Amino acid sequence: MRQHASYWAFVVHRVSGIALALFLPFHFWALGNAMQLENFLHWTQQPLVKLGEWLIVVALAAHLGGGLRVLALEFLPWRDWQKSLAAAAAAFALAVGLAFALAL
Amino acid sequence: MTFRGEARLWIAQRASAAVLAACVAVHLVTIVYAVRSGLTAAEILGRTRGSVAWFAFYSLFVLAVTVHAPIGLRSVLNEWLGWRGRSRDFALLLFAAFLGWIGMRAVLGVFA
Repeated sequence: MRQHASYWAFVVHRVSGIALALFLPFHFWALGNAMQLENFLHWTQQPLVKLGEWLIVVALAAHLGGGLRVLALEFLPWRDWQKSLAAAAAAFALAVGLAFALAL
Repeated sequence: MTFRGEARLWIAQRASAAVLAACVAVHLVTIVYAVRSGLTAAEILGRTRGSVAWFAFYSLFVLAVTVHAPIGLRSVLNEWLGWRGRSRDFALLLFAAFLGWIGMRAVLGVFA
């Protein structure tokens, strides 16, 4: 069971979702203080913060990919494609992660 | 919660997911585009200040996430922490209210 692609798709979707839910209040809080935004962006230049940003962007892409996988499984007659969908979700998250890393 | 209530939450989760799929795709493209030449407050606010289109987009984004995140956490709290019942749902309602408030505060912060 634990070696099944669907199991890992489930774990990644859940962990990325929890990370995003915890991250969002901080994200909103920082944006709500628009007057101090420049100071905040200066703070985000630190390597560890950049790593955190990269992880959260990958989590967002992974959660989107995993969510599209769930929607496809539930609403489309694609049950035989479970592994392909999981792979597509992983590939999408990786592609966004690379694009973001190159742009950073 | 009644079966009917659970069914409504399931629909709300899928409907908000469909909205979020579009919003997150736009958000990811914006992120990668925006960081290319380094993020500055002037650049971000230059894009969002007074823009009704971005205001409407981010308001919809915040509304969808306010629905989606608490319902998602509901399953996590149930399955991984064994927390169910009214106390959990009340806590999640508070979380949703907080997320909606701080989210719209952010939207207004970059618009006004």
